[in-house]
Amino acid sequence: MAILIANKVTKRFGGLTAVSQLDLEIKERSISSIIGPNGAGKTTFFNCVTGFYQPEEGEIIFQGRPIQNRSPDQITRLGIARTYQNIRLFANMTTMENILVGLHPRLKSTWIGAVLSTAGTRREEEWAHEEARKLLRFVNLQGKGDILAKNLPYGDQRRLEIARALASQPKLLLLDEPTAGMNPAETSEMVAFIRRLRDELGITILLIEHQMRVVMSISETIAVLDYGEKIAEGTPAEIQSNPRVIEAYLGRGSVAEAAETPQRPASTAPAISSLE
Amino acid sequence: MRQRFENIDYLGVILWLFRAVIIVAVIWGTIATILNNPYSTENWIDFLVFGLAQGSLYALIALGYTLVYGILFMINFAHGEFFMSGVFTATVFVAIPLNQAGYLNRYPILSLLGITLVAMVVSMGIAILTERVAYRPLRRAPRLVPLITAIGASFFWQYFFRGLYGSGVTAFPTVDILKGKWSIGGIEILKAQGVVIVASVLLLIGLYIFVMRTKTGKAMRAVAEDKDIAALMGIDVDRVIVITFATGAALAGAAGVLYALLFRQVHFFMGFIPGIKAFTAAVLGGIGSVPGAALGGLFLGMFESVGPSLFLEGLGIPAAYQLKDVIAFTMLVLVLIFRPQGILGERLAEKKA
Amino acid sequence: METSTRFNWRESVRMGLIAGVIALSLSLIGLVETFGGRDIIGGVVSLGQIFLFGAIMGVGYFSAQRNLNARAGVNLLGGLLIGVLASLPLVVLIFVAEPINLRQFLPNASPALLELITFGQEQVTGALIMVAVCGVLGLIGAGIYLLPSRLRRPLLIGLLLVLLIGLLSEIIILAWGNKGLGLKIRPLIFAAKGLSIRGALLVFLVVAGLNAAWSSQGDRVRQRLDALPSGQQRAFRWSSLILGLVILLFLPMILRTYLTEVIDNVGLYVLMGLGLNIVVGFAGLLDLGYVAFFAIGAYTMGVLTSQGDLGVGGMSFWMALPFAVLASVMAGIILGVPVLRMRGDYLAIVTLGFGEIIRILALSDFLAPVIGGAQGILKIPKARIGGVELVAPEQLYYLILGACLIAAYVSWRLRDSRLGRQWMAMREDEDVAQAMGIDLVQTKLLAFAIGAAFSGMSGAIFASKLSSIFPHSFNLLISINVLSLIILGGIGSLPGVVVGALILVGLPELLREFAEYRLLMYGALLIVMMIVRPEGFWPEATRKRELHGYEELEAKAVPAE
Repeated sequence: MAILIANKVTKRFGGLTAVSQLDLEIKERSISSIIGPNGAGKTTFFNCVTGFYQPEEGEIIFQGRPIQNRSPDQITRLGIARTYQNIRLFANMTTMENILVGLHPRLKSTWIGAVLSTAGTRREEEWAHEEARKLLRFVNLQGKGDILAKNLPYGDQRRLEIARALASQPKLLLLDEPTAGMNPAETSEMVAFIRRLRDELGITILLIEHQMRVVMSISETIAVLDYGEKIAEGTPAEIQSNPRVIEAYLGRGSVAEAAETPQRPASTAPAISSLE
Repeated sequence: MRQRFENIDYLGVILWLFRAVIIVAVIWGTIATILNNPYSTENWIDFLVFGLAQGSLYALIALGYTLVYGILFMINFAHGEFFMSGVFTATVFVAIPLNQAGYLNRYPILSLLGITLVAMVVSMGIAILTERVAYRPLRRAPRLVPLITAIGASFFWQYFFRGLYGSGVTAFPTVDILKGKWSIGGIEILKAQGVVIVASVLLLIGLYIFVMRTKTGKAMRAVAEDKDIAALMGIDVDRVIVITFATGAALAGAAGVLYALLFRQVHFFMGFIPGIKAFTAAVLGGIGSVPGAALGGLFLGMFESVGPSLFLEGLGIPAAYQLKDVIAFTMLVLVLIFRPQGILGERLAEKKA
Repeated sequence: METSTRFNWRESVRMGLIAGVIALSLSLIGLVETFGGRDIIGGVVSLGQIFLFGAIMGVGYFSAQRNLNARAGVNLLGGLLIGVLASLPLVVLIFVAEPINLRQFLPNASPALLELITFGQEQVTGALIMVAVCGVLGLIGAGIYLLPSRLRRPLLIGLLLVLLIGLLSEIIILAWGNKGLGLKIRPLIFAAKGLSIRGALLVFLVVAGLNAAWSSQGDRVRQRLDALPSGQQRAFRWSSLILGLVILLFLPMILRTYLTEVIDNVGLYVLMGLGLNIVVGFAGLLDLGYVAFFAIGAYTMGVLTSQGDLGVGGMSFWMALPFAVLASVMAGIILGVPVLRMRGDYLAIVTLGFGEIIRILALSDFLAPVIGGAQGILKIPKARIGGVELVAPEQLYYLILGACLIAAYVSWRLRDSRLGRQWMAMREDEDVAQAMGIDLVQTKLLAFAIGAAFSGMSGAIFASKLSSIFPHSFNLLISINVLSLIILGGIGSLPGVVVGALILVGLPELLREFAEYRLLMYGALLIVMMIVRPEGFWPEATRKRELHGYEELEAKAVPAE
């Protein structure tokens, strides 16, 4: 069953059509990817799904409800969470506090309760801290709860961002280039981690990714965007042999990886095969 | 059904109501005034000409805000003080001594040019100093930080010049050739107002040519477009920023002298309210746009001058002229809510995306 | 690193001249002369001279810091050079002031100033002394930096305290009174004006000694405190809190009427500061029209309680207080709605506009029939508690203290709550905060509303304290005042608000000469703080300790897994 359906979604900026007539279906408990050259409209599509942009045309249906006119906070409360391409943590808040903010939709206490320090509020706060600590452990950040987010190393920041997204208990998680800027070891760790999210927590995952090794090894289905249009969709094997995809990548002389990946030298192969 | 209900944007509705109330009030007031018509045609023309003169001053000051905002995305709160510092200094050190020596009325044009030159140079000096000390170290800081420093700089300069030249109102000497009126096609215009309008238009045209035609102007526009790429192209970004501040301040300095001719007095607080008004004008015209600032200034000046009599009195408000600042600030709020890009500006939100 | 061991003479020349221009400006805007009458050490050094020479010493210090790898002798020489150069503008002033009658342009270039900077001598001798003194001061400035930090810190702190005690000598004498111990100690330390030389030495030695002792032993004390079991630590924290409260409770008896009056004013600003701290510090919304809510609170109180012509309610203070607060809250929400979608810097200007609109309306003839226009509202009754009318500053103190404690408590509870996290997340990144499920409209409006409530409460108390209110009490400068004090103390920090208010409101009230230069100093302060110490003097730190407890538990739990 499809958890997210995009139906002829179009987003324009002035004269530029960033996403054009996009159709997409994401199956529940699947891991899917969107790939495409820079400026293909991938992040714009994410922004449409999360309500940051309102598409001019088309509809986005999440669990059977249209969400294209809702505000980002409403959409998050429905069960969609995301991370950002250029990590956007609350830099001057601690690791714990970042996760506590992520827990926001699951808390109910009001400010009056906080001022009066009611039993309910205190219980909820204790529960929230406990939950946040669990999440810290889940992403391997235990013991770093009091560090300001901006002082964490890069890899930790990536994982904290995911933990913050997980805190709202999303049903669908959008990851925008989760392995950007990581070395091969960190990358394979991240790939394994993403799998765990699906296998252990049952979260549907949709990611934007540039590293073809990651995309091909992790995705069940892949959609390819170019100039805002979907030019191909299918399993990794189908995408690798699709002539239009190869043209989109090679024709613009950008990343040649799409064609190359299968024959990737052995140096990083073991890490990937061990995951599979 | 429930779904549709959830999707109503309450905020949008409230803002829409807010706008509707103000539009109705303005129309109501205007109609009431026209039906009563307490003023003669000459009165209305006087209001308009005064508004034009005041508005061209706003336009000159607004350019400083627009130029700096275009490049640094920063509201230079201290700009009103650049305006004040030049003319205050020129009045104390040049205009008054010249007047005492009798030169001011013997060689009025030469004297006025000298006064203007001194005012412009002092304003530029203050601007360059402020940029160097208070703004440059914070160029990469979060947005609010330079704004707070700018507020600090504004108050610092106000009270600095208050300490320097005293806290009272200093009279700007009268220039005999600017006394009286000109009659143009049956319309009588105070000479001082005429001079202000003409000089402002000339300065505005001069600035437009400077920004659009000269090499420095091109460099300014390049830096406004993208600082990093401009630097890669061999443009000295720091220098361009200083020039931008200096240009804006020079115009503000000249505007200061015109202000003194119009109102015949200077004091340490004179820059503050005109500064905020000029910022309003810049926003009104579309911040970052040079013609926009000019247009916004003129529009605001006229609106402020005609508005109280036109629609506030119609609403039965006594001493409506007291509320002209309220009109200006209300307009600022309305523009920022409903058309943040201003009359001529481009949409900043889209630039971001 | 070869180059950095050389002394940068060109820079020194520049710094010397900059120091000179600063010293000249300080003289010409009247600071030196105005504060020339306030002796720090009686008959020896006045605050005016400290401004003048402090600038020069500071630049000498700074220069040594910049050239820290140069040889000590060279560095001292550099300091001397800077001092001598810095004196040149003043020397020029000494010689030109009279011939060109500078005073007709610059009212502060007065004979009194000239007398001050020539040390009472005639021109040539005075100028020579000035050059020599400045040179020596530059040298001392550089010298202080060259001292090992073990000595430098006690020295600087000692000097600072001499300055502070000298500055406040009048008040300290006043507070001590003329009886008992006070009378005995007084001649020991104080001269007729300021400290006596002996007193200055005494203060300096005691403070420097204490500081040296603390820096060698302080770590150990702190360690021992940290090593205490958490129960005892909590007990320690509670007992210091209670001690603080007891001191606050008895403060008016220690301070007496005049000082309590000052503290009352500080308290009203603390109340406003706590409110603005929520808006600016927690939620990151730069509000420059904050005075509007203060005004609305005061006017509501005035209209509802006044026994004059304009009073309509004839209510008592306590009846009217909720309405005053409610009116401010409503205003906060009404003014908040249009600015909800505005970006930070626009928000600042628009709120500033709101503040002005409120002031203009208060002043206008349009609303004069209701709120009195320029004539204001008179005959506002005082608050009563159980039949006692709160008239004296000592009585009002408890009212203000109560309000401040409530506001501080609410701020403290909110800061660590869900709403507090919403605010901070919004301050850090509005878009992401919204993507975390935070309703921005509600979160912003709550910040505006709660902030306005504190300010309205402050305004209401202000109205009843003064018995009459006029529009000119509600100008923009109050907003700037409040903003400055929370920035000085540390944006978002609760103790910072108190520290900021004590320094920025308390000091100027005690030293009447400050009045004229208050905003000059605030302006400079805002710039300097933003560049040098944007986190303020008392930044937020408790937050970390809060979570520390949890983390400790966790650290113990992890190995067990």
